[in-house]
Amino acid sequence: MKDSHYDVAIIGAGMSGLAAGIRLAHFGRKVCIFERHNAPGGLNGFYSIAGRKYDVGLHALTNYVAPGVKGTPLGKLLRQLRIEREEFALRPQKQSRIAFPDCSLKFTNDFSVLEAEVMANFPRQADGWRALVQAVRTFDDVSLEAKPLSAREVVAQHLSDPLLIDMIFCPLMYYGSAQERDMEFGQFVIMFKALFLEGFARPLDGVRVIIRVLLEKFRAAGGERRMKCGVAKIIEEQGRVAHLILENGEEITVGQVISSIGFAETMQLCGPTQQVAAERNTGTLSYAETISVYNREPATWGWGDDTIIFFNDSDRFDYSQARAQVDLRSGVICLPNNFEYGAEHLPEGIFRVTALANYQLWAHVPEATYQADKQRWYGEIIRSARRFLPAVDDAVLADAQLATDMFTPRTIRKFTGHLNGAIYGAPHKIRNGRTHLENLYLCGTDQGFLGIIGAMLSGISMANYHVLQGNAARS
Amino acid sequence: MTKDNCKKLVIDIISDIAPDEDLSAIKPEIRLRDQLQLDSMDFLDIVMELRKRHGIEVPEADYGQLASLESCADYLTPKFAAKA
Repeated sequence: MKDSHYDVAIIGAGMSGLAAGIRLAHFGRKVCIFERHNAPGGLNGFYSIAGRKYDVGLHALTNYVAPGVKGTPLGKLLRQLRIEREEFALRPQKQSRIAFPDCSLKFTNDFSVLEAEVMANFPRQADGWRALVQAVRTFDDVSLEAKPLSAREVVAQHLSDPLLIDMIFCPLMYYGSAQERDMEFGQFVIMFKALFLEGFARPLDGVRVIIRVLLEKFRAAGGERRMKCGVAKIIEEQGRVAHLILENGEEITVGQVISSIGFAETMQLCGPTQQVAAERNTGTLSYAETISVYNREPATWGWGDDTIIFFNDSDRFDYSQARAQVDLRSGVICLPNNFEYGAEHLPEGIFRVTALANYQLWAHVPEATYQADKQRWYGEIIRSARRFLPAVDDAVLADAQLATDMFTPRTIRKFTGHLNGAIYGAPHKIRNGRTHLENLYLCGTDQGFLGIIGAMLSGISMANYHVLQGNAARS
Repeated sequence: MTKDNCKKLVIDIISDIAPDEDLSAIKPEIRLRDQLQLDSMDFLDIVMELRKRHGIEVPEADYGQLASLESCADYLTPKFAAKA
């Protein structure tokens, strides 16, 4: 007989839900994570097809700093979750690139490389660049009650060259903006630090290494997890969550609830009274991604230097909802083989490309059309990305190809539950995690700490702030 | 419980919270914050670990008493004694 009361119920077993769960279980709370799918990880999960394991969301883990660097998000999260750094087995990137027409900026996990590139390519922006970096470094990005500011406006106070501005925004938006054309400045700062001041890394075996560590910590701390067991309804009484009704009909009473499934998605569980609030803050930005597996390392074709390439072919970078099924003007290439694995290496070559895509144009097509569209866009996306890599003959690539996969906004909707397949969730983040119900809080994507490390820190912060600290103050 | 035992228990907690810090040469009379990189999240964890491991409650108004190892011992030793 399963328990029917928990001190804290967590909705969703992604990075943020697992991290929140570890904190709460470690400090003696009776906690259960309810996950609708049978696999943990959420947006950052993994899956298998024909014996091959693929990561869902992970190109690279951001916020990487070398061992010994303290006071950054990675170090905070390792301490808070009592994880030894070696357990994540992170391997740093080689180098990455922002590739625009007539200009390319290289960056690595050493910030001075990007600074030198900016100075060399945009000498007249040098002072403004330094001032912007200073503004980023001194901004209190973890404040839970900060007033929203437009990043475009703040950046425009320092930089005047639209090309440099677009080149800086491009990676930050692709890796974490739920808002079209602009970002909230706090989000900009978080992403700027995560990508440029800190950097990229990856475990050789991908995101499953991280998920495995989190699951084991949660289990060892005494946390419970119910898989294939989604929450169907949040039942309210006098401004508080009174109980949860699970998809299997079971009723669970709870002290507090932390939901990682998104703002609008959580509001929908609260019933029709919250429908308007949900609709007002639902994201529209979605992605398509191609994955190509080859029987050799991409380095064979001269693709061995870059780990991630953020590309754009237009005069202005336009980060907005795609007007066609896919927007081919910009995108992100990821070559997971190109991390510093030392003597180890991935068994096969992998080439991933991400591009903006339109949920509505994918969502409602009949299955046969959907499959045909996928096949067509797969080719188009790869062709678009290859413009930014050394040329290789089509026949050579085709010969080396072992497998392909592709996901669309429809796939994202299905596996993450995000409305509109909105990859980064709601455009307006709820930094303090509070909702209209006193004991219901948000963590994860819609609380607004971004990336895998950010997601985990979000879970930690919300567990500390609303549950552990709240209780510490009362006792 | 002697003050020295009490200091040892606090160091045990810090070494679990911040395994990346060198705790071998901590000066008891100097503020922990000035010799180790500990932030407010870490201090909250010291308080919570004291409760979890030893059943010792530190109200928020007394957090300042945990500033140095010496002040920790002065403040916590009577609390341990009261429990024994």
